[in-house]
Amino acid sequence: MAVAIHVNHVKKQYEDNVVIHNLSVDIQKGELFTLLGPSGCGKTTLLRMIAGFNSIEAGTIAFDDKVINNIPVHKRNFGMVFQSYAIFPNMTVYRNVEYGLKNKKLSKEEIQKRVEEVLEIVQLTEYKDRYPDKLSGGQQQRVALARAVVVRPQVLLMDEPLSNLDAKLRLEMRTVISQLQKDLGITTVYVTHDQEEALAISDRIAVMNKGDIYHCDTPERIYSRPYNTFVANFIGSSSMIDGVVSSVGETTKIRMETGLEIEMNNLVPLEAGREVLVAVRPEEFVIVEEGQGMKGTVKLKQFLGKCIQYEVCFDNGIVCEVSSDTNSAPRIYEAGETIYMSVNTKRINVFDKTANTTLIEGVYSNV
Amino acid sequence: MFKKGVRVDFWSFITLISLIFFGMFLVYPVSRLVINAFQTQEAAGVFSLDNFVKFFSRAYYRKSIWQSVVVTFSATALVIVIGVALGYITTTFQIKGIKLINILIIISMFSPPFIGAYSWILMLGRAGVITKFFNNVLGIQLPSIYGFRGILLVFTLKLFPYIYMYTKGALKKVDKSLGEAAESLGYYGLKKVLKVSLPLITPTILAGGSIVFLRAFADYGTPRLIGEGYTVMPVLVYNEWLSETGSNAYFASTIAFIMIMVAIVVFALQNFFSRKNYNMNMLNPPTPKKITGIGAFFAHFYVYALTFLSVLPTIYITVISFRNFTNGSIFAEGYSFANYAAALEKAGASIANTFKFGIAAIIVMVLLGTMFAYITVRRRNVFSRFLDACVQLPYVIPGTIFGLMLLISYNSGFLVLTGGSTLIIIAYIVRRMPYTVRSSAAILRQINPSIEEASLSLGYAPMATFFKVTMPAMVSGIVSGAILSWITTIQELSSTLMLYTSKTSTMSTAIFSEVNRAAYGTASALSTILTVTMVASLLLFFKLTGNADIDM
Repeated sequence: MAVAIHVNHVKKQYEDNVVIHNLSVDIQKGELFTLLGPSGCGKTTLLRMIAGFNSIEAGTIAFDDKVINNIPVHKRNFGMVFQSYAIFPNMTVYRNVEYGLKNKKLSKEEIQKRVEEVLEIVQLTEYKDRYPDKLSGGQQQRVALARAVVVRPQVLLMDEPLSNLDAKLRLEMRTVISQLQKDLGITTVYVTHDQEEALAISDRIAVMNKGDIYHCDTPERIYSRPYNTFVANFIGSSSMIDGVVSSVGETTKIRMETGLEIEMNNLVPLEAGREVLVAVRPEEFVIVEEGQGMKGTVKLKQFLGKCIQYEVCFDNGIVCEVSSDTNSAPRIYEAGETIYMSVNTKRINVFDKTANTTLIEGVYSNV
Repeated sequence: MFKKGVRVDFWSFITLISLIFFGMFLVYPVSRLVINAFQTQEAAGVFSLDNFVKFFSRAYYRKSIWQSVVVTFSATALVIVIGVALGYITTTFQIKGIKLINILIIISMFSPPFIGAYSWILMLGRAGVITKFFNNVLGIQLPSIYGFRGILLVFTLKLFPYIYMYTKGALKKVDKSLGEAAESLGYYGLKKVLKVSLPLITPTILAGGSIVFLRAFADYGTPRLIGEGYTVMPVLVYNEWLSETGSNAYFASTIAFIMIMVAIVVFALQNFFSRKNYNMNMLNPPTPKKITGIGAFFAHFYVYALTFLSVLPTIYITVISFRNFTNGSIFAEGYSFANYAAALEKAGASIANTFKFGIAAIIVMVLLGTMFAYITVRRRNVFSRFLDACVQLPYVIPGTIFGLMLLISYNSGFLVLTGGSTLIIIAYIVRRMPYTVRSSAAILRQINPSIEEASLSLGYAPMATFFKVTMPAMVSGIVSGAILSWITTIQELSSTLMLYTSKTSTMSTAIFSEVNRAAYGTASALSTILTVTMVASLLLFFKLTGNADIDM
């Protein structure tokens, strides 16, 4: 049932405006694949090309071995969940879900059985005779989901399905979606701009910007070893500190602009004098004893419960976000105090300053 | 023709059909008319400006264009003053019975203008009841209603509702706090109105004004009945086409061409002057204030008197329709259904025709109009923009002229349609479809396109999607637009007059010829039947839309 999706060198343009230049990606059978990126990065455009709502100007998209470029939307056999839900306003919940099945040559009993089954799964059985305007956002979302999967499509496409829900419902629906997807084993392409959501539900993520995929990998690898500075900044936030390779040999030493020299043993071979960017996430800073590491001044302190957030100003006026775990913190610093810090060299990332791509060994964009 | 990536589907097919339809029944007739305008009867096929020379060199013709423009401008100016005042009073002050007032005004807006003219003649004409009353009882000789004054009276009372509706719609969008802000800055009363409210709604009033101008400019029935010696252009076109000395299609085309040019200039001027449309934040809609004292008296008097005058012709005709007549035109004692019996006997076929043609036209309008609205809203491309222009074009083409165009195009040649009902129905479709299209397009813009995409994704082809999902969701907009199309179709006069034969006469042409023969009894009975049909349709419209407002 489930198929793999092969996107091969596709191009999309509106009039003279090229939105996607030349994009390729392979989505594996049965996985939940997320297109993640800021608005305008082309993620929805790509999704709509797979759906067939957008034309493809060059290249091919195939379900398994079958190129679908010229197959009209209604013959592509996919289910879609829209950002606005797109529930038919003139039909009840039951009729909405049943709609796609009525088009297939199925017996009445079979249709009824499948509709009731799926309504049970999304917990809407008691609402089946209601009209959409009498449903909450979360319920409408469930109808949309049920309507898309009840036809047992080859592919499930989801366009920012949770963006109209409040925070609590979003968490709840995230679980529903990811559970349903696993149970059905259906190849799913999921579009979102919310990095946390993407990390939580995806088997693999493609981070997109300006119509290109910058990095495609599992959530863990994307988070811990971002391929370039854009990905590092988009997934979580990192302080980007200029640095220079000071010596090479057994290990590579980098002198950071903040005054700290670090020793790295997971970098690709580099020559001394190479300019780099050291990306440090707030939790990758380590508070050390007085006189060690680099010296900084606390500009701002915010106590958030499980962690404490500082804004620390180092040499050369460089300000970094620092987060310290409440349980393991030696003590709490107040604004104005002097603090000495180092970084966790096993966790931090180093990028080439001109190319903005990673210098960590064994990290690929997979594009 | 199609760029790579543009798919050919159901909608391409509908676009093609629409292009053929408008090509045949709008573009081709217009071009035939334009070509005709530059030829003469004597030397057909040769380019010539002789007809233009003839038109502008003779005082008789020059006078008609002058008179047309003068009476139209006067009516438009008067209508704007009266309508804006009414709109302002009813949105600012609480008027008792405003709901009923609104319904009456809308009814008078949608009643056929020529019935108004004919009714005023019965009241204020040479043998009119009011004239006679003044003359015989009071010994006062009332000024003649015929000519400029009569046309102006009928136009004004007929058309002020348009400006009223526009003004009301615009004023309702002016946030209450704007007026309060003005007052806090020292502007109050009339000064506030002139400095704050009026400038904000001026673009809307201008838009309404141009509609009023085009309506008055195009009206054939009113000046024909009440104008007598005061000849205006639509009457001239008709006369040239059906003159006793033999019809002159070329010269009639020339006059028609000049008329369309005038209409286009007015339309363009309006577009130019109302480019500026203010976007306002709407938080507090204005609420009418309670007024007391002399102000309340004058406000109520103005509203009631105006409403009374606007429905008076309809009421009078209805009353007359039950009066007994001798020889059809002289009042006799008593009331009965005799006129209705006579009307059914004489014009039963016309009544049937009105419904037959109207229903045939409305079916096509609904089908074509909704799909058409879909193309213009959802499939923006060069063809749909062209089609959009085609829907707007009939606004600037007077009915008489549209009838003329169809006649010269389909009188002979590759397709002969004259003499039958087809051409009349086509005229109705082209002229009255805009109501359906606009209303359908308006509701379609509020429908999220993704419900259609959802249907496509579930395996329904574009056509099935349209009929199963889009159209059901559009139903309220389609129906309300279709009712307006229907109301204006059944009372269509000007193009029907050009196209009908004895077998294809309708209620409106029957009324018109009965009036011409001074058969007032049957004419008033037929008018009442037409009015009742119209009012019933309007009430259905109010019921379906849930309020007594028409979005202009």
